[in-house]
Amino acid sequence: MSHAPFGRRQLTVTGIDELGVYRVLRAADPHGPPVEPGQFAMLAAVERWGGGEGDRPYVPRAFSIARQQGEESHFLLEDVGPGTQRLCELGPGDRLWALGPLGRGFTAPTEGRRALLVGGGVGIAPLAILQDTLACDVTVLLGFRDAARAEGAALLGGAQVATDDGSSGHHGLVTELLAAELQRDPRAVVYACGPAPMLEGVRAMCEHSAIPAQLALEAGMACGFGACYGCVVPKRGGGYLRVCVDGPVIDAAELEHVDVHAGAPA
Amino acid sequence: MSVEFCGLTLAHPVINGSGTFDAIAARRAFGEQLRERFPFAAYVSKTITLEPRAGNPPPRLWEAPAGLINSIGLPNKGLYDYVREDLPALGEIGIGARPGAGGTDPSVPLITNVMGASAEELAQLLEVCNERTEIAALELNVSCPNVKTGLDIGADPRQLEAVVSAVRGRTDKPLIVKLTPNTADVPDCALAAEHGGADAVSLINTLRATALAPRRSPGGSERWLGGGSGGLSGPAIRPVALAQVAAVAARVKIPVIGMGGVQSAAHARDLLDVGATLVAVGTESFRDPTVAARIARELARGVPAGEPIGAAREDSGA
Repeated sequence: MSHAPFGRRQLTVTGIDELGVYRVLRAADPHGPPVEPGQFAMLAAVERWGGGEGDRPYVPRAFSIARQQGEESHFLLEDVGPGTQRLCELGPGDRLWALGPLGRGFTAPTEGRRALLVGGGVGIAPLAILQDTLACDVTVLLGFRDAARAEGAALLGGAQVATDDGSSGHHGLVTELLAAELQRDPRAVVYACGPAPMLEGVRAMCEHSAIPAQLALEAGMACGFGACYGCVVPKRGGGYLRVCVDGPVIDAAELEHVDVHAGAPA
Repeated sequence: MSVEFCGLTLAHPVINGSGTFDAIAARRAFGEQLRERFPFAAYVSKTITLEPRAGNPPPRLWEAPAGLINSIGLPNKGLYDYVREDLPALGEIGIGARPGAGGTDPSVPLITNVMGASAEELAQLLEVCNERTEIAALELNVSCPNVKTGLDIGADPRQLEAVVSAVRGRTDKPLIVKLTPNTADVPDCALAAEHGGADAVSLINTLRATALAPRRSPGGSERWLGGGSGGLSGPAIRPVALAQVAAVAARVKIPVIGMGGVQSAAHARDLLDVGATLVAVGTESFRDPTVAARIARELARGVPAGEPIGAAREDSGA
């Protein structure tokens, strides 16, 4: 694993693309080291970071690196709070503070197992760079609330889609698609990222079927490099893991259940 | 611009606040660059307790206007694993005096912060740390409820003086008392620490604060933080810190470490100008882990009073 440059650096936004309700923020990052799929960066706008709703944001926000293309890094955004709102406003030429890549990423599937990528909502981001990287046969299952969000599936190739309201793809949960896939061929490694209830569904299903699973977790964090101890999740057998340095990708076997508190700085 | 502090010679006056920088975790993220460009003139550990602590249940953070409320709960591996595992790991990063290195030792001085619920516990912590040559100084976290009275030891001058004088003799290393701001008269507490035998005081710790859960039951008052309440830090508390540091520095003869919302050399200069000997950076390091090094460089260049030099030069990078 290559280390992140010590200290935040400035990136220049090269573009921001609409993808349904999401935005793909693209930024030139000529000094960034190679990214391991699943790693993240702490982002903040250089100008006007603060003074939004509730006089926020203050700390930077953690985002999975969704893709690396040449010297460009891509991030998937959804406007859900003052931090993400400010980042969604950025346009070409605007400047961005970035610290990263940070954390532990996904590890490649072992011989004889296919990769099953399971994503939900804005959590599909790290699965895109994982799909770019994996040379083997990949199955992609993505769940969204509705059709406007399901447009995000275009970030990955060849995805089967489920929506909560049935407005696009399978009417139901992405874990139902996962159950069918595991029944069809259980020789798989599951890579999952999404909201906590989805991850808990994936974790429980994989534990029940003895399928290895790597879960990319989200938690509110202030620093991203192990300093603040704010982003913890309960560990199997007691104690806590720091999502930023012990994760964000955590082997499902290390968790009794996924108990990530949503409502982190957004 | 080296600084003398309690017999230690520091390369510059900027250190970290306890619990705001984990050098061992930062090494995992940044590798050898951390050692090569270590931002602080001395490294203050997270609070170490006698027994291991898991810390508070999540959520542990809440973003406030220009600040952060944390309810971390002092997770740490306990005194004995700290000594056995962390001291050697810190040594690999160049933190903590190397035994026998003498006066040319280039390592970053290590200040170990400890907390005990009683004078007996504190005495044990100080005695074990006193034997370790890696540790340059000790800092007492007295923002801890007394096991008998339930009141924070550090909030009551009489209790504070009694505890400091009871444990003072257990170490011959410099002893810093980290004062709590959550009390009626902070300078009285600083004076009590001095009378008890402290070699320095540091302030301010976080201001007690809480937040309600955004999605609570109608009319309910459920707290957001797993620990119920927490402490506020960041730029929001900077004016409070300046007032308390000024008041304490005017009252005691021992050196003062000033902290609270420092983001730039101008903010650091303010604390030095009201009488602090050292300045600590805390929450701002979360936003940029190298900010303390920039502040130290800008202080060395000289900051005209009142000029917001840190903010103005923010885009010059680290």
